[in-house]
Amino acid sequence: MTRMTFAEAARCALAAEMRRDPLVWALGEDLVQGGIFGQYKGLAGEFGTDRIVSTPISESTIMGAGLGAALCGTRPVIEMRIADFTLCAMDELVSQIAKVRYMFGGQGRAALVVRMPQGMWRNSAAQHSQCLEAWLTHIPGLVVVAPGTPADAAGLLAAAIRSDDPVVLMEPKNLWTTEGEVPDDITPVPFGIARHAAEGDALTVVTWSATVPVVEQAARESGIACDVFDLRSLWPWDEAAVVASVRRTGRLLVVHEAVTVSGFGAEIVARVVEGVGPGGLRAIERLGAPRAPVPFSPPLEDAMRITPARVAQAIRRVANT
Amino acid sequence: MSGTSNETARRMAMLRDMARIRAFEREAVAAMRSGEAPGVVHPSIGQEGVAVGVCANLKRADRITSTHRGHGHAIAKGADARAMMLELHGRAGGSCGGKGGSMHIADFAVGMLGANGVVGAGIPIACGAAQAIRLTKEDAIVACFFGDGAVNRGPFLEGMNWAALYRLPVLFVCEDNGFAAFTRNSAVTAGGGPAVRAEACGVPATAVDGEDVLAVDAVTADLVARIRAGAGPQFLHAICYRWEGHTGTDAAAYRPADEAAAARGRDAIRRLAAVLEAEGIAAGEIAGIEAQAAAEMASHRAAAMAAPWPDPGAAYSDVQDAGAPA
Ligand SMILES: Cc1ncc(C[n+]2csc(CCOP(=O)(O)OP(=O)(O)O)c2C)c(N)n1
Repeated sequence: MTRMTFAEAARCALAAEMRRDPLVWALGEDLVQGGIFGQYKGLAGEFGTDRIVSTPISESTIMGAGLGAALCGTRPVIEMRIADFTLCAMDELVSQIAKVRYMFGGQGRAALVVRMPQGMWRNSAAQHSQCLEAWLTHIPGLVVVAPGTPADAAGLLAAAIRSDDPVVLMEPKNLWTTEGEVPDDITPVPFGIARHAAEGDALTVVTWSATVPVVEQAARESGIACDVFDLRSLWPWDEAAVVASVRRTGRLLVVHEAVTVSGFGAEIVARVVEGVGPGGLRAIERLGAPRAPVPFSPPLEDAMRITPARVAQAIRRVANT
Repeated sequence: MSGTSNETARRMAMLRDMARIRAFEREAVAAMRSGEAPGVVHPSIGQEGVAVGVCANLKRADRITSTHRGHGHAIAKGADARAMMLELHGRAGGSCGGKGGSMHIADFAVGMLGANGVVGAGIPIACGAAQAIRLTKEDAIVACFFGDGAVNRGPFLEGMNWAALYRLPVLFVCEDNGFAAFTRNSAVTAGGGPAVRAEACGVPATAVDGEDVLAVDAVTADLVARIRAGAGPQFLHAICYRWEGHTGTDAAAYRPADEAAAARGRDAIRRLAAVLEAEGIAAGEIAGIEAQAAAEMASHRAAAMAAPWPDPGAAYSDVQDAGAPA
């Protein structure tokens, strides 16, 4: 184990995968210079500019070229810089990458990774702060993962690169500098298995991505025995673990950074209700963002931010209902 | 055909491919109109010279990306026409198991990376295919077909810049049939048009009469040789005309009848037939090639009608491995 930041963990994982497999390569803006969060730092020096490719600001082509390259046998890591810019490449992701295997009857596969750092980051306002995971879990053909710790940033990236499915990797912008213990030998983290972050009987709390450390802190400080799950991957997601937990606790709180309305939390609540039956639940709550764009000014942004205090309040509400 | 030169044999092969494309599409349109083939068919009748003249210069290992009007490109690249016919009837045994249909014909075995229902979408994909070929040091190039309508989409501009920037082995083939669906493309395209735009990004452009397959062949041979020698991307601006409507059910009332009639008078198949006859090929032999193509495609259509539907369970296969539908 080594203590390192989220960005460093992701960088190490990519480097290890590139050493292991010469068909792995990365393309996106400013990669040779290290990427905007330092997650590609030094890689061009080791692997050359044919495998760490700095591209023009051409999101459609970054995404579409990644697909073409995958169809010709390589394993591209497509860097979108931030999730918001994926919107400029939505056709390539949704109508090409997610469809190619199915539409062509299994003749070809899009074995690629799309990295899209998401969420709030340093007052960057409405066009640089979005959480779009619910859009993408809705699209058949995509695997959607959202690490919440440095160890998972590494393990899920390794798994994504080795996967023959197209994997969307939503890295939380706010956690790039967060430190954690990372195994020296990075091993792939399997999709669809939640990390059981804390055990307790009072309620089940489900979260992922940037709100993972927030929820862990709130759970510790609340003094309430929470069963906390960091989902790690959203499609597939660990429905079995969550449903089993709620069967025991009878109470569910879902916390995510994204807008609550039509967020992935709605899917979780629906599946849990189907799983335990309406009579099996005493309380349900979703904690997310209001249906408003993310503002710029610090106090305005803070008004929307999911904080440990807000989560702790919600934990108490749900536990005591 | 015994005793003919290699050159004549090559031309006969091109004639056969053009005849096969036309026969395929005549059957496809008829099947669509009769309701035997579900969905929509975009015929490329009249444009066969471009597909065949370009693909005559490609090897099996070379890749192509195609458009919504992609039957001709696929057949010219060597795709299995029977499987294609089954596919657009939605039957088991189709190129894509009945999951793609006419707009998504693909045959990866011959480097046909897929027709595409989104205008211009093949351009970025072709760029990436070329990048992969370079990374794996494979000896191959990519030909990217798109219509004149695609030049007004962002991915066109991005792709030209990208391919030029990395000097990728891509032949961009703009099939300029003058129309984007029901609109004359010049009415919605500012400036000097496709070739000018490509050249502005540093991709050299060459114009060719797309209704003259020998001209397409000759120009493509030169461009492909340059690409294989490492010169980077090239742009072929092929001027052509589609005889039919945008789809098999569009009467194309938006264009003057004499314009379409004039295009029929420039038929690439008849023009090549005339050249071959002048070289001493008997008219009967040429008629035989066309009759054979018609018989082949009619038999494929009959086979498609007789073929079983796909097993409904196949609707859920090939979605994804992790998190696949139960
Ligand atoms: C992005 C996108 N917009 C609109 C359409 C609908 N559409 C299908 S074909 C077509 C016209 C395309 O014209 P062109 O590229 O010149 O090709 P042609 O049909 O002439 O072969 C349009 C508008 C589409 N398929 N994709």
